[in-house]
Formats: sequence, structure tokens, C-alpha cells
Amino acid sequence: MTAGAATVPASDRAALTANRTRRNFVADGAMAIASGAALLIVLTILAVILFDIIRHGAPRLSIAFLTEAPRNGMTEGGIFPAIIGMLEMVILMTLAGVPVGVATAIYLHEYASPISPVTRAIRIAVANLAGVPSIVFGLFGLGFFVQFLGAGIDKAFFHGEKVLGQPALIWAALTMAVLTLPVVIVATEEALRAVPRELREASLALGATQFQTVIHVAVPQASPGILTGTILAVSRGAGEVAPILFTGAAYFLPQLPKHLSSQFMSPSYHVYVLSTQSPDVDATQPILYATVLVLLLLTFALNVAAVVVRSRMRRRYAGATA
Amino acid sequence: MSHMRHLFVNGWWSYPRVTTPEGAIAMARQKSISARIAVPPVRPPKLTLAPAPLWHRAAEWLLRCLAVSAVVAIVLILVFIAKEAAPIFYSAAVRAEVTLSRMWVPQLWPGYDESASIWQPVSEIPKFGVWPLILGTVKVTLVAMAVSVPLGVGAAVYVSQYARPRTREIVKPVVELLAGIPSVVLGFFALMIMATWFQHLFGLESRLNALVSGVALSFAVIPVIFTFAEEALRAVPRSYVEASTALGAARWQTIAQVVLPAASPGIAAGVALGLGRAVGETMIVLMASGNAAIISASLVDSTRTISATIAAELAEVVFGGAHYTVLFFLGTLLFLTTFCINTLGDWAIRRMKIRLGGSA
Repeated sequence: MTAGAATVPASDRAALTANRTRRNFVADGAMAIASGAALLIVLTILAVILFDIIRHGAPRLSIAFLTEAPRNGMTEGGIFPAIIGMLEMVILMTLAGVPVGVATAIYLHEYASPISPVTRAIRIAVANLAGVPSIVFGLFGLGFFVQFLGAGIDKAFFHGEKVLGQPALIWAALTMAVLTLPVVIVATEEALRAVPRELREASLALGATQFQTVIHVAVPQASPGILTGTILAVSRGAGEVAPILFTGAAYFLPQLPKHLSSQFMSPSYHVYVLSTQSPDVDATQPILYATVLVLLLLTFALNVAAVVVRSRMRRRYAGATA
Repeated sequence: MSHMRHLFVNGWWSYPRVTTPEGAIAMARQKSISARIAVPPVRPPKLTLAPAPLWHRAAEWLLRCLAVSAVVAIVLILVFIAKEAAPIFYSAAVRAEVTLSRMWVPQLWPGYDESASIWQPVSEIPKFGVWPLILGTVKVTLVAMAVSVPLGVGAAVYVSQYARPRTREIVKPVVELLAGIPSVVLGFFALMIMATWFQHLFGLESRLNALVSGVALSFAVIPVIFTFAEEALRAVPRSYVEASTALGAARWQTIAQVVLPAASPGIAAGVALGLGRAVGETMIVLMASGNAAIISASLVDSTRTISATIAAELAEVVFGGAHYTVLFFLGTLLFLTTFCINTLGDWAIRRMKIRLGGSA
């Protein structure tokens, strides 16, 4: 019994070593190489895109490019109004969307029973909302916000004069808020899940109500996650074009958007229009590349920030949840 | 009875007369014997929690109301795009130009020898045959999936099975950066750079075609598949791998016959969500597919998809007209398609969780 290997019959020993064959050796290597090559290709694609856009865009990029208005039919000047337009839209979107998303996540994680039909309906809706094509959001924004809400408000308050019943900053921001809702919900819920249960129990044991526990313990602890969700939502909102195509984006405006009802310029829409509808492609190309670079740097910076915030949060609770 | 035995064993003098813990401990110390302490049960004081302040309850109700916003949003989306598409069923003005059968069944148009499904919404006789658009969508989606499934799953296998933890920590966020690239930037890249490369490489006739846009589209789909597949592969319990290795399987056998099948629902979910993304993605195909609505099986012909059609044409249509209605109809179609695909993917994820949760 004790002399393990010695008692194994010779035929079994042969079976044990049979797998160290050349065929398996080759197959093992092939699998490692094939999967490694797939990863390498993906990383190369990313590198090529980055390299090309930086190479062409960097020479044109300057402070002046960011602070000047376009001149001479978009062939000179900068993209200042587009940046301001995007900022206004993104701020409105955040104000409208993040509180709702955070509230949904709090309800889902802190209050709702996981098996109630309402909870399941919310979860299915969130999952599906994340998968709705962006162009459908554009149709929705046009059909609901512009045609229904906007026109309704015009009829009620402006005696039918077209004020909000047309594409406008506010409608684009609200459409984008609906689009980014799942991003905020998922990130916030993930963060709430990471908050140790003991913290909540301690708070409840001290006599706090559930609402006090949520507001003073769970949400502050989960705030990095809420921040992550907001950053990702902003990044998504800054880059999307399809939802704002019909709800408020404009190719060129002589002045900055001052009202909720004005249209606005956006770098992402700018890229689309310049690259597909420019009368003189060669003249606008440097500006186009620089705009793409700005857009790319912006979204990358936001995504990196989100990754950093999230990994810090994970490290904070690395030992606590178990 | 038990304290009778206690008396019998320890003698009557050891029976504790003090019932507070402090007293008992002091006594036990004094006598340096282990006294068994019988503390008579004390009825806890009745705690009456003060009711939560009214505004707490009000705030909780507000939370509850806001929480259903996602459900409201998805219902509103369906209702309002379907509402704009509905006139195709009842409005006489719209039906004079287009009906469902004229969209789906090839028609014999004046000037053509045989019946055909043609998409020419802005012509003397507007033609709303949808088959060229559906074929275009299918073609571009197939190309995108053919590229992104092997790359996404392959990269996920490497990262989850072969890479060292440090490598994984770097590679995962980098691949997710690819997901962060706005689709308009990918479309721009495909339009300006990739199209030229492909044309030189394969000697293509048209610069913009299903191949270029499909490959560019796959850049948007790869991160989706990668993320889901990687998570699913890593969720496979170590015991599976250990059991397989103990049975004498080689590493590639373990991966191909144990790990991948165990993770397959999660991978399928990633593929389904990637498919949903590919079908609905707009800007990349709008910019890089060439947008010619022709029926052709060739991948290197210019192609027009449903999403790109909506994006390109909606800005120039008359509100409430036949064209407008048809575009919203296509939007409804797109919404329902992706809704089904995503529900399927969601279901696969839940199955994955049940399967691994039940057996791990």
C-alpha cells in the first residue's frame, strides 16, 4: 500500500505516460500560439488605430485649435464651439441621468427582493436598454422628446410657436441620458455589492433606519463606483453620434448654444460630417484628424480614469468581502 | 434535574448564589474553582423602534419610483417608435405609397423586366423594397462576427488560461480601451485608412464595401465578446481543471473539452450581445459601407444596412410622410431584433450562473 508507484502495474504506467506524446505537445503549443496570436492581433489593431490617428492628428493639435472657432468653411481655425457644445450636452446628460441611474441601483441592491417580478422586470429592462442600437435612441429622441414632449410644451406654453418642438440641446442630452442609464446602473450596483455587509449591519445595529444606512454608509462607501459609472457615461455620451443626429446636433453654428432650446455642435458629429460630406476633403483633412485625436484622447482619458477609480475601489475591499 | 446533579457532583457550597456575571467571576476567582454559572433568563427590555421619519419613507418611495425608470424607458422607446411606424397600417396617405406587402414582396416596377425588391425612396415612383437593406445588414454582420468571434474568444482563452496574472491585469483594461473608442472614430478610420489598404491589398473595385465595414465593425464587437468570454472562462471552477488533469488529459484537451464547454453559455452570451451590437451599430457602417442599396451576394460590393439607412435618410424626410413612416418601421424592426438577441444573451448568462453556481 505504501509503495505507491511500485505497485502500479506496468500497463497502467504506460497509460499514464501515454499523454506525454508528441501529438499532445504539438497541440498544446498550437493552442497557446493560436490564442496568443488572437490577442496579439487585437492589440495590434488598437495600436495601429492609435498610431495612425496620433501621427496625422498631432501636428495640427494645439491650444489654439481647442480655443478658436472654425473659419473659412471649416478649413481653418479650431473646434471651440464643438467642445463647448459637447460639454453643455454632457453636463445636462449627467444631471438628468446619473441621479436616476444611482437611484435605480440603490433600489435594486438595497431594497428590492431579488425574486420579485418588479426586480426581474427592472433587470431585464436594464440589460435590454444597454443593447438597444444607438440609432433607435435617435428615433426615440425624435419621436418622444422632440415630437411629443417638445411639441406638447410648445402647444401648452408658447401658443404653438416652435421653441422646443424641434431638435434642441435639452432633447439630445435627455436622449443621451436614457442611453447611458444602464452604464450608471451597472457600475453603481457593482460598487454597492462590493461594500461589506458588516458595515450595513453595524449601522442598523446602532439604530439607524435603513434609509440612513443607505445614505450615510452604503452610498458613501460606493461613491467611487458611482464616479466610475458617471465617467463611463460621459465618455459614451461624448462619443456617440447616432442619438444626437436628429435631436439637436448641428454642423455649424455662428454662436455658442445659450438656451436649452438651441442646437449645438459636437466633436463626434463634426467628425462624421467632415469625413462624409465635406466638399473639399484635402483641405479639411488636418482638422478632421485633429478632431478625431481630441475625441480619442478625451474618451481614453475618461476610460483610464474609470479603470483607475475602479481598481482602487476593488483594492479597498479586497480583503473585506469574502 | 441538571442542577441537582450539579449539586451532587460539586457539593452544595459551589452552587453560585450570585447571578450577575461580575459577581460570579469574582466568586469563581475567590474559590478558584470552575463554577458553573446559571444566570436566570432575563427578559430583554421591550425595544420599540421609533418609526422612521416621514421624509425617509417619502425618499424611499421616490427611489422606488425612479427605479422603474429603465422599464419606463424601454416601454416608451417601443411605444414611440411603433407609434410613428403605425400609419403604415391605417393612414390612407401613407398606404397610397407603401404597404407592408409592397415592402416585403418583390414588385414589378415600371421600366423593369422582372419583379424586384428595390430601395429607392426618393424617386418619381418611391420604392420601399427592404430586402437589399436586410441582405446588406446580414452581410456586414456576418463579416463582423466571422472576424470577431475567433479573435475575441481566442484572446479570452489566452488571457484566462495562459497569461500570468500581471499580464492579465494590463491586457484586460487595454482591450477594454478598444471598447471605449467611439464608433464614429472607428468609422472614420475605416473610411479614411482601412478602405485604402483593403483596396490595394485585394484590388477591389469599390473602396467602401461590406468587407471593410464588417471588419471595422468587428473592432467594436471584439471587446464585447472578449470581456464576456474571459469572465466566463475564469469563472470555471479550478476543480474542473484539476479533475481533468488528474485523469491524464493534456492541457489542450482540458481547455478544449472541459473549460470551453463549461464556459460555453457565458461565451454564447458574449457572442449574442456582440451580434446585437453588430446588427444595430450605425456610424461605422454608415461611413464605411458605401451605402448602395443593391442586392448582391458579393462581400466586396458597396452595401447599405438598415441602421445606416435610417441615419442617412431620416434627416431629409417629410415628417409623417410615407418615407418617414417606413424609416420608423425599420427602426421598430431593428429594436425588436436586437431585443430578441439580447434577451437570448441575458438568458444564456443566467444559465451560466446557475450551471456554475450549482456545481462549483
